[in-house]
Amino acid sequence: MTVPHSYRILVIGGSAGSMPVLSALMEAWPVPFHIPVVLVIHRLKNVKSELGVLLSDHIQITEPEDKEQLLPGHIYLAPQNYHLLIEADGTISLDYSELINFSRPSIDLSFESAATAFGSAVIGILLSGANKDGAEGLCRIAAAGGTAIVQDPATAAFNTMPQAALDQCADIQSMTPDQMIRYLRNISTANKR
Amino acid sequence: MVEEISNADFTDLVKIIQQRYGYDFTDYASASLKRRFSRFTGYTGIDNIFDLKHRLLNETDFFREMIRYITVNVTEMFRDPSFYKVLREQVIPRLASYPSIKIWHAGCATGEEVYSMAILLQEAGLLDRCRIYATDLNEANLEKAESGIIALKDMKDYTQNYMQSGGIHDFSNYYTARYDNAIIHPSLLRNVIFFQHNLVTDQVFNEFQLICCRNVFIYFNRTLQERVVKLFYESLTSLGYLALGIKESLLYNEERIKFEPVNLANKIFRRKV
Ligand SMILES: C[S@@+](CC[C@H](N)C(=O)[O-])C[C@H]1O[C@@H](n2cnc3c(N)ncnc32)[C@H](O)[C@@H]1O
Repeated sequence: MTVPHSYRILVIGGSAGSMPVLSALMEAWPVPFHIPVVLVIHRLKNVKSELGVLLSDHIQITEPEDKEQLLPGHIYLAPQNYHLLIEADGTISLDYSELINFSRPSIDLSFESAATAFGSAVIGILLSGANKDGAEGLCRIAAAGGTAIVQDPATAAFNTMPQAALDQCADIQSMTPDQMIRYLRNISTANKR
Repeated sequence: MVEEISNADFTDLVKIIQQRYGYDFTDYASASLKRRFSRFTGYTGIDNIFDLKHRLLNETDFFREMIRYITVNVTEMFRDPSFYKVLREQVIPRLASYPSIKIWHAGCATGEEVYSMAILLQEAGLLDRCRIYATDLNEANLEKAESGIIALKDMKDYTQNYMQSGGIHDFSNYYTARYDNAIIHPSLLRNVIFFQHNLVTDQVFNEFQLICCRNVFIYFNRTLQERVVKLFYESLTSLGYLALGIKESLLYNEERIKFEPVNLANKIFRRKV
């Protein structure tokens, strides 16, 4: 597979059942990774989640503040209860508006804003989940010429989310967690200048 | 999700609103504003941008409805209890040394933040010495804020927030329940005035010991944030307090050197002398 050299951002969305996969990805994370990474994970409302702490055992992950500049190699975790939007000038906007698909952060919104901001230079990955958030946004990424990937539904603890994306549009690649790890290693090498 | 608006159409919409109605959204964070436009388009059932532009140009009422719809009005009483705890313990005792206290809530939405502040001041015995100026761009929000009416179903969460913020009184003493609503006691609002003020285009109108502008900056780009912080600087007494939303930052703002942090986690700053 040839990998374009010009990616600007990787956005990963996940919901129920995505934590083990995410942890596996982080464990094998290629460092240095040459583009910014944004994680949008559903967490329970009003429950102070351990997610941030849990993940950062392996690697440095921060919850961005509003208008923070996206930096290569940094991993940003969408804060609980805010939507995270990617702006065309490479900054992050947080947004405290209505829930979308019963979710805040909404994976759809982050995917969609990344597609609008960076077009074909976006990679979106949608992991396990029991709802349909992210499917529409992932299709937006694909439509804008970006790379759209779902976790192979057969390997997902909850396959509704990746399956919804596959059902909704073409041009979506399905990968097992191991394939994702290999893919990310390729990206990281390809984007090195 | 709603259809996307092209960049050109987006720029047109912003221009129409500015030239026709004087509201300037140029320096709003574009990803979010774009989405609000699409959402409004979906809500009206209009299926093409041409019609949207046409109606905007020709129907003032349609524009008013749009303004109500595109601003993000989500708010809560005692939202971020830790912030209110710091206000209660560190800021309000300092305010007590002023013979008369002026507070500005910029972007007060439907008033929940103002009601919370009034409760804190009442509990500190300061409400009579205070004048609270609560402003917003969105007139519908202001009308609602003035009414003191909140959905009763939200009171459970707000009571919990209040207790987490260090409140020790019976929260239900602050409102009257009627059918599905809770009505904030009018006496809490005796020193509050609500009026329209646009942070983008309107000027300094008074001098304050405390300005709360929470969860408004997230809708502005850095340029606009910068301008508005200048406006706040000029509206604060020396050593006056500025409170932003928990996820908002002065870090990317040139004006930050004119402020010192009071509590960074809760985004409370103070104007230097
Ligand atoms: C999310 S609410 C914040 C409410 C409250 N401060 C809180 O933190 O819960 C944002 C408010 O900012 C107002 N707003 C947006 N642009 C404004 C402007 N240019 N001038 C004044 N208010 C504005 C909106 O109308 C809305 O009511």
